[in-house]
Amino acid sequence: MKFMPDMTDRRILRQLLADPAAPMAVLAERAGITPASLWRRLERLREAGVLKGVQARIDWRAMGWEVEVSLRFTLDKTNPRAFDEFLAALREVPEVIEIQSFLGSVDWRASVIARDMAHWQQVYRDRILTLPHIAELEALMLIATIKDSAELPL
Amino acid sequence: MTGLDATDLAILRVLAGDATRSAADAGRAVGIGQPAAWRRIKRLTDQGVIAGRRVVLDPAALGFGVTVFLGIRLAAKGRTSLEEFERAVTAIPEVQLVQHVLGQFDYRLRITARDISDFERILRRRIMTLPGVGQVEANVMLSEERRPGPLG
Repeated sequence: MKFMPDMTDRRILRQLLADPAAPMAVLAERAGITPASLWRRLERLREAGVLKGVQARIDWRAMGWEVEVSLRFTLDKTNPRAFDEFLAALREVPEVIEIQSFLGSVDWRASVIARDMAHWQQVYRDRILTLPHIAELEALMLIATIKDSAELPL
Repeated sequence: MTGLDATDLAILRVLAGDATRSAADAGRAVGIGQPAAWRRIKRLTDQGVIAGRRVVLDPAALGFGVTVFLGIRLAAKGRTSLEEFERAVTAIPEVQLVQHVLGQFDYRLRITARDISDFERILRRRIMTLPGVGQVEANVMLSEERRPGPLG
């Protein structure tokens, strides 16, 4: 049977999303349950694949990667291997930090970072424009991230 | 680069996979002791390289089956309209990501919804009514992966 998170599970996840670094004891108190019960429920949420993990957020700008670009690709769909070959090649680009596929006018999107504009130019010319099966390509250069949360209206 | 060495990058790789690992555990994974690992994690956090934590959930398991990316062009531009738009859009609970961008669109948004009809409700009632909103393009996400990037 498929595991369905109940009201208490949702309350726990809401608290965890609001403050992912909170110690277990604090989280338990906020969710109104005992630490032992919190532990058990988190384990169950992990096992069921609802909670996939808690990861460190890396700030690439603080590491000296000043440029981030969102690239939107439309592929040449006359070739049946286009999707697989494009994805395999895109995964090989070390400056790519995120990949999504879509249903719509855009087929793929990738977030690509570079140290500065000169480096971006190099990545764009040598690694992006050489990807296979691109029909159309648009770039959106990141100015600022205004909101970034994993929040779900639970 | 902010003077990070190979051990720093290895620690970042470990914590980007699982931020709940202790300093001792992360240190063991990269071949250094707990005190050294703790000092490095503290420095990386102070430098802002480790910028908090991200909880990764399976949205579908919680009833959110649809993720849509929107490109939005503002109809009128100017400092006040940007601020007004940003204030209103960040207050929408279904909007997970708001980025100000340069290019064909002014903003890119990531939206989570229960299903397509729920998305339609959000689009009509909340997005199209935002101050200054012009052209909107929507793409429904099929799959997603995060890459290690330069840490790989």
